[in-house]
Amino acid sequence: MKKTFKLQDLDCANCAAKMENEINKLTGVEASVSFMTQKLTVSAPDESFDATLKQIVKLCKKIEPECKIII
Amino acid sequence: MSGLTKKQKRTLIRIVLSAILLIPAWIITNHFDIIWWKSLIIFLLPYGLIGWDILWRAVRNIAHGQIFDENFLMCIATIGAFALGEYPEGVFVMLFYQIGELFQSYAVGKSRRSVSEMMNIRPDYANVRRDGKLVRTDPEEIKAGDVIIVKPGERIPLDGVIISGSSSLDTAALTGESLPRAAETGDDVISGCVNISGPLEIRVTKEFGQSTVTRILELVENSSSKKAKAENFITRFARYYTPCVVGAAALLAVLPPIVAGGSWTEWIRRALIFLVISCPCALVISVPLSFFGGIGGASKKGILVKGGNYLEVLSRTSYVVFDKTGTLTKGVFNVTAIHPDQCSESELLELAAYAEAYSDHPISVSLKDAYGKNIDNDRIREVKEISGKGVKAVVDDREIAAGNDKLMESIGVKCRPCHRIGTTVHVAINKSYAGHIVISDEVKPDSDEAIRALKAMGVKKTVMLTGDGKDVGESIAAQLNLDQVYTKLLPADKVGKVEELLDEKEHYNKKTALVFVGDGINDAPVLSRADIGIAMGAIGSDAAIEAADIVLMDDKPSKIASAIKIAKKTMNIVRQNIIFALAVKIAVMILGALGAADMWAAVFADVGVSALAILNAMRALSVGNID
Repeated sequence: MKKTFKLQDLDCANCAAKMENEINKLTGVEASVSFMTQKLTVSAPDESFDATLKQIVKLCKKIEPECKIII
Repeated sequence: MSGLTKKQKRTLIRIVLSAILLIPAWIITNHFDIIWWKSLIIFLLPYGLIGWDILWRAVRNIAHGQIFDENFLMCIATIGAFALGEYPEGVFVMLFYQIGELFQSYAVGKSRRSVSEMMNIRPDYANVRRDGKLVRTDPEEIKAGDVIIVKPGERIPLDGVIISGSSSLDTAALTGESLPRAAETGDDVISGCVNISGPLEIRVTKEFGQSTVTRILELVENSSSKKAKAENFITRFARYYTPCVVGAAALLAVLPPIVAGGSWTEWIRRALIFLVISCPCALVISVPLSFFGGIGGASKKGILVKGGNYLEVLSRTSYVVFDKTGTLTKGVFNVTAIHPDQCSESELLELAAYAEAYSDHPISVSLKDAYGKNIDNDRIREVKEISGKGVKAVVDDREIAAGNDKLMESIGVKCRPCHRIGTTVHVAINKSYAGHIVISDEVKPDSDEAIRALKAMGVKKTVMLTGDGKDVGESIAAQLNLDQVYTKLLPADKVGKVEELLDEKEHYNKKTALVFVGDGINDAPVLSRADIGIAMGAIGSDAAIEAADIVLMDDKPSKIASAIKIAKKTMNIVRQNIIFALAVKIAVMILGALGAADMWAAVFADVGVSALAILNAMRALSVGNID
């Protein structure tokens, strides 16, 4: 499943790159964080999508606490 | 200052306040001899005001195990300055860093907005007639087959067919074309166009999710997920760069005093200057901003680019391979010559049109179109279609045969070959030759200019692939000055030919790219095989939008040159920014290490480079001078 989420208050390009790197380290997940469009695109297996999403939210919180993923 | 977000406004207020606090602090410490801890407090006030969030972020990130980032750099540099007793410098570095950040976030927000304004084609509502009244409805609720009404001045919300009314449509938001397009009953219309003159009643053919507008918006919004190599290079670079710089600064602070017995304060100060200048922000932000600007600028021209990586490859185009029909030619067959032998031109055309009246073959259609009058079916009898040859029919009690030379041969009529290029339809009346009609596909008016523009910008080779016969293909290639032409190709052969050309290109120059341009019908495999696949006139063709890397909204081949120009301009800006930022930074780093640049120079250089790089990046968005 592939889904796109809006990122609120994503203010630094470097953080966006960091987030992308960290999310891609999760197994079976392919993600792209676009700093310019403030969007996160995630593709992950259907059955574990929700669990993956939770992990992603946690990761982003760690890297850039001000940035929110709008689900 | 309008257009600032809440967060930006807060930062602005903090910048102003701490600048105001800094002035008396400076005056007091310069004119009065006060004890060190008192002046420290005077300067810590503005410092805390402007820098608390940076300090907090650095602490937080260290707690999360991410030590080296720009927050950390700024913190050691400023705290270091305070430790050395250079309080004003400490505050100023933080202040300028914040000004730089604010400017960045403003510039990024501005280009985000201008791109989304440009793509402001999402319709808000659709008018539906219910119980005799017009009701505004959410376009998503409308199904295919429903009838909607679009008033003058409104945007067409969904793709459909006009069932009544005529008007002209403004397609500028989709194609960049400023001339309005006429639309009448029976015409297909696409969502996103603005209705200019008359009310239109439209039967919806595609629901909102599949409508042109939705597909275009999706394409543009997803475009920045495909990152260019330069972009990836910069983020990777930043990851290694910061730790390296911090390491180098530590060595600079420690080694000279230990090894050569230099003064500790002096070398620590030099190390701090080194840190301030090393902040990679300018690069990290300006490169994606340039690509984003380039993609946005291209979409203003009706060129949709699916990702920054494609702009990068497109800028290195050396081979351009065209499909013929629908790409360089209109793909619409027209009667281009009528050569009668024994009757008038109009009579020959009339007879041919009548004979072919029942056929849907493109050639028959073009004959009927050229004839232009209604066909009286009572005049036609005994129609016989002979596959691959033509048609025989009795029209007004005369036996008419219309078809190719094989048909003429089969009925024993000697035909006169034609010197004109195209498909020749011979006509015989009662088994005697009456003349022929030439039908050909017309070259698009700007094909010639398109090829010339490509050559002018240094494209090595232009090639045309076509399924047509040798004479037709070669004459068009000669007319357009193409370097090479391959004729009589089946759709499957085209992939093979493109592969051959890819090999040839590799041989010529590995770094360059081969672009294939097609109209998206039947050439999806070729579009994906080429380095860059461009689909043109692709509004409405799902397969083409899917397979192509770049989609031209209208069917003008000259847009290919525009796309390459935009790609080259974007890449130039990216290169300028990388080189400029690195050069200035390295120069100031060396000067700082040698003791020739002070903290002020370092701060100005850092913020200045960021500002210039961002302003330069925003240039990518303006495409006004590219035609």
